[in-house]
Parts: sequence; C-alpha cells; structure tokens
Amino acid sequence: MRWELDPSPSPRKVLLTYALFLGLALLGLGLLFLLYGVPPLKAYALLLSPLTDTLGLAEVMRRTIPLLLIGAGLALAFRIGFFNIGAEGQLLMGAVGAAYVALFLPPGLWSLPLMFLFGGSLGALWAGLAAWLRARFGVNEILTTLMQNYLVYYLVVYLVAGPWKGQMVFGFLYTDRFPPEAQLPRLGDTLVHWPTLVLGMVAAMGLQVLLFRTPLGFEWRVLGENPEAARYLGLKGGRLILLAALLSGFLAGLAGVGEVAGIHLRLLEPAQISLGYGFTAILAAWLARGRPLGVLLTAPLLGLILAGGDALKLALSMPFRVVDVAAGLLLLGFIGAEALSRRRLVWRR
Amino acid sequence: MGVREALARTWYSQGRALARPMLKLENITKRFGPVVANRRITLEVAPGEVLALLGENGAGKTTLVSILYGLYAPDEGRILLQGKEVRIHSPKEAQRLGIALVPQHPELIEAHTVAENLALGLDLPPVFSRRALVRRLAKLLEGHPLGVDLEAPVARLSAGEKQRVELLRALLNRPKVLILDEPTSVLTPKEAEALFQEIRRLKGLGLSVIFISHKLDEVLAIADRIAVLRAGEKVGEVLRQEADKDLLVRLMVGRSLAPPPKVPPPRAEVVLEVEDLLVPRHGFPVQGVSFALRAGEVLGIAGVAGSGQAELLQALAGLRPFQGRVRFLGEAWPQDPARLFALGVAHIPEERSMGVVEGMSVAENLALRTYRRLAPRGLLDYRIMEKEAEALIGRYGIRTPSPRTPVRFLSGGNVQKVILARELRGGPRLLLAMHPTYGVDVGAAEEVYERILDLVRGGSAVLLVSEDLDEILSLSHRVAALYHGRFVGPISREEADRERLGRMMTEGRV
Repeated sequence: MRWELDPSPSPRKVLLTYALFLGLALLGLGLLFLLYGVPPLKAYALLLSPLTDTLGLAEVMRRTIPLLLIGAGLALAFRIGFFNIGAEGQLLMGAVGAAYVALFLPPGLWSLPLMFLFGGSLGALWAGLAAWLRARFGVNEILTTLMQNYLVYYLVVYLVAGPWKGQMVFGFLYTDRFPPEAQLPRLGDTLVHWPTLVLGMVAAMGLQVLLFRTPLGFEWRVLGENPEAARYLGLKGGRLILLAALLSGFLAGLAGVGEVAGIHLRLLEPAQISLGYGFTAILAAWLARGRPLGVLLTAPLLGLILAGGDALKLALSMPFRVVDVAAGLLLLGFIGAEALSRRRLVWRR
Repeated sequence: MGVREALARTWYSQGRALARPMLKLENITKRFGPVVANRRITLEVAPGEVLALLGENGAGKTTLVSILYGLYAPDEGRILLQGKEVRIHSPKEAQRLGIALVPQHPELIEAHTVAENLALGLDLPPVFSRRALVRRLAKLLEGHPLGVDLEAPVARLSAGEKQRVELLRALLNRPKVLILDEPTSVLTPKEAEALFQEIRRLKGLGLSVIFISHKLDEVLAIADRIAVLRAGEKVGEVLRQEADKDLLVRLMVGRSLAPPPKVPPPRAEVVLEVEDLLVPRHGFPVQGVSFALRAGEVLGIAGVAGSGQAELLQALAGLRPFQGRVRFLGEAWPQDPARLFALGVAHIPEERSMGVVEGMSVAENLALRTYRRLAPRGLLDYRIMEKEAEALIGRYGIRTPSPRTPVRFLSGGNVQKVILARELRGGPRLLLAMHPTYGVDVGAAEEVYERILDLVRGGSAVLLVSEDLDEILSLSHRVAALYHGRFVGPISREEADRERLGRMMTEGRV
C-alpha cells in the first residue's frame, strides 16, 4: 500500500476527498466547541447561519468582494511564478490613494472613478516595485512583497495619526469622513458596495479570458510552466512578470479603495481596514488552482467562513481567537483535501 | 519477411522456458489512466545471463524497470525472485532483495568524492573516518577492478567514470540482478567497449544482467537473449545466435528500415558565416570557431559530452552571449531567439524539456512559435490552432490521443517529433539541431533524419551537433569536432571516418 501521484483525478474523487476533509475539520471543530460547553450542532448551524437570511448573505458578500478582486489577480501572479505575498500592503496602498482623492481633491462626479484609478495605480506601483527588483536584480519577491506590507502598514498609521488625522475625530486615529461624492453606493441597508463587486467579477472573468485566450496569456502560461522554454522562445520574461505583478497589484489596490469608500468611508487604522484579506485571498487563489474564474467560487466560500466566524463570535461570546481557530481548521481541511485529491492509494494484492 | 514471420522465428513464443530463472516476471500489466504502459509482460533471466530489453521509446522499457526497482507497483502480475514471489515496494526493498540499478544518467553528488558517493550505499556508523571508509570500500569491492580514484571528487570525472562509480555503487550490495538502463547513452565508443568487458566479467560471476537499450549494435554485442517490446507489449524474444539486425528492427518498429538516403551536394549560396567565434563559459571558453555553411549543407559537430557543443549552439541560438562575427544571409546576427526564428533559424534544443511546455497541449506546443498569427483580432483561435495541429500530427506521425492532450503524456520520441514538427513547419533557412535523436528509437530516428534531409534537399543549411558518430557521418557534408572548447576542423565527409573523427574528439588533432 502506498501513495502515488494521480495526474488526472476524477471529479467524483475530488468531490469525495473534499467532503471527507470538510467532515474531518468539522469533527475537530465540534470537539473544540464541546470543550467550551457549546453544543457542536448549534455551533455548526451558526457557522452556516449567514446563508439563511439576506443580512447574513450580505455579510458573506461584503467579505467576498476584496477576496474576489485580490484572489483573481493572485491566481494570475501565482500561475506565472510571481509569488506576491504583499496583496495586503497593496490593498492598503489602494486605500491611501482613495483617501487622498476623497479628502484633498475637489469632490464631483469624477471622484469615484479617480479613486479607483489612483488607488489601483498605487497598488500596482507597490507590486511593480517588487517585480522590477526581481527582474532587474533577481531579488526574491516573496521577501520584498512581504516586507513592503509593513512599510504601508506604518505609512497608514502615520497618516491617520499625523498629517491626515481628521479635524473632528478627537482622540481617534482616523481621517475625516469622505464627502458623499466619494462614497460608494451600497445595496439597500447592507454594506455591499456593489460597484466593487461588479469590478471583481469583471476582473475574474477578464483575467480568465486574458490568460487562456490571448497571446499575452499564452506567453504567461509558457513562462509559468517552463521558464526555460520561455527563454528558448525568446519571450521577455521580465516584462511578462512585471505586467502580471502590476495587474495583481492594481486589483488589490481596487479592493482597498472599495473597503474605505464602500464600508468605512474614511481612512483608519490598517488592522481595521482589512481583516487580512490580502492573505486569505492567497488561499482563494490557490484553491482556484491558478484559474482566475475559479476565484468566483472560492472567494465566496472563504467569505462564508469569515462571516460564519463572526456570527459565532457574536452569538456565543466565545473568546474570539477560538473563532480564528475554527476558520483555520476549515481552511486546513481544504488544503488537505486539495493535496490529497491529487494522490491515490495503491493497494497491492 | 513480415512481422508475422519474424514473430514465428522467435523461440520464446513457442513455449520454451528457462529451467532455473533468477528473476521472473509474470504477466506484468501497468496502466497510467487510459494508457497501458505494460501489457501482460512475461520475462525471465537466468543466473549468468545477459537479457537485453530492446524497444522504441515509449515501448514500456522504463516503466518495466521502474516496476522492478520498486518505483511503481504493477496493476497485475507477479515478480518471482529465485522462484519466490516478492513484492518490491521501494528502491530500498529492491536493493535488499538484490536488485540493483545503474540509472541512465549518473545520479551522484558532484561536490563529493567517489568514496563519499559510494558510502551512500552503505550502512555506516554515525561517525567514521575517511580512511576506514576507503578501507571498507576496497574490501567490499575486492575482485572488481576499481578503475577510478576513490578520493577524486566526482565533478572531475568523465561521464564514463561517473557511470563506473554508479556501477560500483550498485555492486556494493552484492546484487543478484543488475539492471543497466541505456548505459551507453553518455559514453564514448571506447568507454562503451570497456563497459561491455565489465558486463561480461560480471556475467562470469553468475550475475543476471538486464540491459536496456534501443541501439541494435550494442544489444547484439552483449546480450545472450533479446526481448523486444513494442507499444507496451513483448512482441518477441530471440536468442543471440538466432538474432540479426533485420529481424530485431522488424520486431521493434513493425517494418523494415530503408537504407540511409543520399544527401545531395550543397549549393553555392552561403547561409551562415562564423568567424573567430568565442563563447565564454564556466571552465574553458569555446573558441576558434570559424566556418561558412552553405545552403543545402549539413555540418556535423562531434565531441565528447561537455566539450562546449551545447554552449556553441546556445550562442548561435541567441541564448548565450558571444564574441566574434556571425552573419546570416549576409546580415548581422541578432541575439534574440524570437527574432532569429522569424528570420528563419529553427532550433532543436539539447534538452527536450526546454523545447516543450509539458502542461500545455500538443496543439499549444505546436503553436509555440506561431501563436501570434493565430490571434488576428486579439483572441487566440483554438479551432484553427487545433486544425493546424492535426495536420502536423498526421504529417509527422505524432502519436497522441488528441491535439488537446498535454505533452506530459507523450513518450520521449513523440515529444521530439512535436519539437521537430513545430521548428520545421515554416521551412527554416537554417536548422540548429543538438542531439536530434537522443533517446529516440530507431523507427523515430529514421523519421527525424528523413525530415531533416527533406529540409536539406530544399536548400536549408543544418548545423548538427551530436554524440552519435554514425549519425554525424551519415548525414553531414563536412564534419568538425570540439575538443576542450577548441574547434577542430572542419574536414569534408570524404576525408573523415570513425577513427579520424574519434581522434579529433579525443586528441584535438585533424
């Protein structure tokens, strides 16, 4: 009996593996809940509760938006071998860009488009810097993008505590509220800033087409699968990587614009702007196996886990780290299933 | 004589079996998804016997070896060692049972010494002295001529010496069965002869040897019995005395081969002019390269592996900087692979893995040079891409379930055909080819030659780098060699023979 790689697993097998691992993760969670004296079934119900009412669905969707935008871009970046771990920082750059336009430029019809453009561009710049360093000097982008996260983090802290600190906010660390022209419309009473959602869906579909139906995408896929072949063909590897990095940074920047212009309506402390979307989106991209379109599925899934976790926090008043453990267990389940569905057990007679 | 008669002449199919086999495979079947790599293969080898496994690429030789060495589990069938059924879960288990493998490419740690590499095959105490190790190795290898310095770092050894180390490592565990996987592919003719001597000696000691090859001459020189695989099945088994080249070829490819075709004389027009080319590289540079290549001419470049051929070809293919003057059809030479291809320079790279993207489909790989043309309005037209691919698949006889199959699932010979089809389709003016038939079986090699000669007849020039002297001598108008990076020659084909070319390669003299 042993493991072998299964190059082309059947859909049924993949599905069963996922079901199995999800079951295992839930079982582990159940034990955890029992330790805290919460009946597991009640906890499971709470975890899935966002699916049962419109308000819950809205919560899922709200978290889906940044995951979708960032995840689509990362699916592309990872596919061509640019390991962008800095989406969180690129998102914050986007938020900074949006805040600048909203607070310091005269408001008007152009405010929102300009915020998306400027915020996205700052995100792109931030990712492009790492790509340029890699293409030019061979600097590992995992390190640069990761470190860049801290730089923006403290840039935002500095801005909201210093030069951009609001006039009417007393001791709080945030800017003034954005003018109405710089606020994104939402669906009803929810926090779903739908223009960003639409952007995310367009991005996922657009990148899918770009990657699988255009000459540029063709070159990206060649480079990602076999850099040696790309060299042999004379493809411009540096330029291709830079372009993909710019795109993924731009999309992360858009996500940042959405968060501040759609939900918070001001620039505030970085930990409140993003709930680690830049990192969770890595999972969304990875579960989508390098297919931007797949993120349309994985982003809501992760959105549900995040929203369900919040529901648990509120309803059970459990220490909220426990909820993070719950989300972590579920994600581990997915990772395990993903890895295992591509292997097979061979029984020897 | 057709295949049917050839089969009828084989003795194993008539039900004769060995009295006391050392190793026996019974009805081994192995599938990879829909592909059957081995179908009901039965083989046996006696002590002191050399069994050759002959077959084209993709015939299932490597799979069979992997099963024997514990890398794959068979789906069906049994393996018997000295009459007892065994299950080989892992290479370690194979070694414990007395089955040793000398891999096709030596898998040694270059920075370490020979003794240290050999030590990897031993159970050693956690702390041991260098001297004790050498003493122990010398004792273990008593009776086997060493032929290499135990204290030498592996990086300094020639390909032949490295293989010798692999062989010694295999012998350390006193195996009963020794498997040699395409052992001569990295050797010079002289080194190959030395290896054969050694195999004969081991055979005399009662070892069972399984010799895997697709080279007929070798198999006829060393084997006692020859089993031929084709498309995953054993199509015949012959005793050495009863075998001849013709019969083996028929069994291998299912038809007989045409005699090597005549190459027409070159034309007057000069296609490629190289003057005083110098390619810097690690170790010694490639230097003194000067030649003019005319339309319809093949220049063959021979050399022991690592003499700088790869670097020379990479430089000409735009993948490596060089100094000196290179002109193509009278124009300056751009150092850009894409532009070179557009100008009419095709390139068959040294490594197949460089020439294809394994995860992409056959159709996409065939379009690697022309995809831009397939997107007139910005979007790639996969219908046309696949249609074009189908035409090439038919013309070049690429065996693939469909144009959409990832290249990963194709055998080595078919991957080579994909590269060839893509590079030659536009009728290039110049072909840079390195080892175009490396690891390709007789049938496919013949097709590769035929395609290259078609190109030459049409007036294209070919720069052929190969370690196969027969290949160079049968295709080239002129031959040259590289000796430690120094360009030797070229001389005309009429003045060259194996011995002279061999001297150029190993002594650097014309």
